[in-house]
Amino acid sequence: MKNRFFAGIAAIAVMSLPVFANPALADITIGVTIPTTGPGAALGIPLKNSIELWPKEIAGEKLKVILLDDAGDPSIATTNARRFANDDKVDVIMGSALTPAAIGAAGVAAEVGVPHFAISPVPPPVAKGKWTFVLPQYSSVLAKRMFTRMKQDGVKRVSFIGFADSYGQQWVEELKNTGKEYGLEVVADERYARADTSVSGQVLKAIAAKPDAVFIGASGTGAALPQIGVRERGFTGPVYVVSGAVTFEFLRIAGKAVENTIFSSGPIMVAEDQPDDSPTKAEGLAYLKAYEGKFGPNSRTQFGSHVWDAMVILKKAVPVALQKAKPGTSEFRAALRDAIESSGPYNATHGVFQFTPQDHYGLDQRGAVLLTAKDGKFQLLPEKK
Amino acid sequence: MHLDATIATFLIQDGLTNGAVYALLGLAIVLVFSVTRVIFIPQGEFVAYGALTLATLDTGNVPGTPKLLLCFGVAAFLLDLWSWRRDLKVDALVRNVALNLGLPLLIYGAVLYLAPLQLPSVVRVLITVSIIAPMGLYVYRIAYRPLADASVLVLLITSVGVHLAMLGLGLIFFGPEGLRAAPLHDGSFSMGPLLVTAQSVLIYLMTILIMIALYFFFEKTLLGKALRATAVNRLGARLVGVRTQLTGVTAFVLAATIAALSGVLMGPITTIYYDTGFLIGLKGFVAAILGGMGSFPVTAIAAIGVGMVESFASFFASNYKEIIVFGLIVPVLIWLSIGAVHHEEE
Repeated sequence: MKNRFFAGIAAIAVMSLPVFANPALADITIGVTIPTTGPGAALGIPLKNSIELWPKEIAGEKLKVILLDDAGDPSIATTNARRFANDDKVDVIMGSALTPAAIGAAGVAAEVGVPHFAISPVPPPVAKGKWTFVLPQYSSVLAKRMFTRMKQDGVKRVSFIGFADSYGQQWVEELKNTGKEYGLEVVADERYARADTSVSGQVLKAIAAKPDAVFIGASGTGAALPQIGVRERGFTGPVYVVSGAVTFEFLRIAGKAVENTIFSSGPIMVAEDQPDDSPTKAEGLAYLKAYEGKFGPNSRTQFGSHVWDAMVILKKAVPVALQKAKPGTSEFRAALRDAIESSGPYNATHGVFQFTPQDHYGLDQRGAVLLTAKDGKFQLLPEKK
Repeated sequence: MHLDATIATFLIQDGLTNGAVYALLGLAIVLVFSVTRVIFIPQGEFVAYGALTLATLDTGNVPGTPKLLLCFGVAAFLLDLWSWRRDLKVDALVRNVALNLGLPLLIYGAVLYLAPLQLPSVVRVLITVSIIAPMGLYVYRIAYRPLADASVLVLLITSVGVHLAMLGLGLIFFGPEGLRAAPLHDGSFSMGPLLVTAQSVLIYLMTILIMIALYFFFEKTLLGKALRATAVNRLGARLVGVRTQLTGVTAFVLAATIAALSGVLMGPITTIYYDTGFLIGLKGFVAAILGGMGSFPVTAIAAIGVGMVESFASFFASNYKEIIVFGLIVPVLIWLSIGAVHHEEE
């Protein structure tokens, strides 16, 4: 019995050898690890959908995509990345969408020397890594634009209500450190968790501090709770909400409570409203046409188009790398890494990426816009002169 | 930040509202535990399913739960067939088909027909409860009945499994984003500085009503007395002719009904995600532990206490709110362990 079992395994292994060995060397292989389940699923699912929009080939080379779920767990993301590197011999690693998991994948990429796109704004020490490139806007890009506007609106005292995790922390630090240069003072720092059923205590304290404005550092529909809460308690001043909350689900839930609210966002949410000379308009419209054509009108999110941007970058960088080496080799991976750094600027949906050896974030102020919401839709907020 | 009277009354109101829902969940956990010795972790998923089903019905769409109910029914049907593979009786088979296939099909058909009609909110609530309540039955049949005589630990591990399975199914059927149901009643009135919404009054009323109903069920009906008998002594109850499988099913259906109602009450005051239920259920669990996993009145009072502590903690130290709430159990466990007589797991 036991012998037959092992014989069976051996037979399967032998039969599958040629299948595994050949195509992996000829094609460009991309390993993607994203959370399609667990707490990051709201990010992972639009990413997965957007990956379905990828072309079948780049520069004449067939594209092979291996997609794994990491449930937002750093240890699973690390295992996935290791599998990509050791078993699948991938040319590019992408992921993950939650910061701790993205840091895990970045560690593996740096160790084995594979170009890596983080789909989360990983902190500067990770982004300094030689192999990791960051797709989403780091909070400072969005914060600068937001704080400029707050200063123009005459805001001085700010109450912060945000997630009790790294996302909320990142924003409150931005507010406390960079905000000072814009004359902003944090008068209340209140935290809650996405799954909390009430934020009344936090809202009461935030308003009792008599702020000029409330700043919400939370993402997705989770940001709706304090947004509704401050309006219910009669706060009529401006509310500033960070980019993570710019989703249609948020608008649907927050309903009327979004009046006098300003959102920071990547430009993709309002590609149609952008002036024609905007460098992010063409790719933005192309992405929205493809995505909403497949998944229905108003299905767009902030998160999905990051992998489209990765493809914009690869389409330009791969031909350069192909002149030096064949995919599937370590020479190709090194050449691709150099090409990503040197082939910019890339006009993508979320901004203009200009990577340099010193800067693997690559985005400038063109990667951030301000929005308002009206009738369940986001609109580009005109610049205040 | 100092606490003035206005803020304090707001916080008390908030704590009462949440505490009332925790009380319901705590009661259901105590009920299931005392009758079947199952620590009912999937309780929270039933809450989330209830809230999400109502929120989907509000938009006039057909929620995923009736389909899920159908899947559960088919699984239960197949399990029953398998357990009768040696002696199949016609009348049992007919009953089986009616209960495991007929009932979910009927509910599925009714929902398909009623969902787009934009019915009044009371009807939507009834539809929601009638979808979720039978799930208790099937979950018991599929996961717990085959293990009815296993140890508490095995049942606990089963509960974790059921919780994870229902969590995953919730993601498939409802998606990753949160939903918020429309309030059952839109009105509100002011009491001094306090704005009281009709929804919160509804929560208080519903909680009190369910508690009274449970009291009469346990004191006055034969089935209720059978449940109590099973809770006191399983073997003894069986010896005097109480069908412990029936009492087990009843406990689960009651728990699922209470959870669905909690979800319906909670859905309009907050955003519910497919995975929110777990945390809400845990708060009910804290109350149940404070009540020693046995006392209904103490659990209810403890639940109000949990709601209050949570509300005030979110004002004074929002970062440490959960730690404070869950930290409540530690002194209670120490206190209980001092008084308890040590006994071996049977």
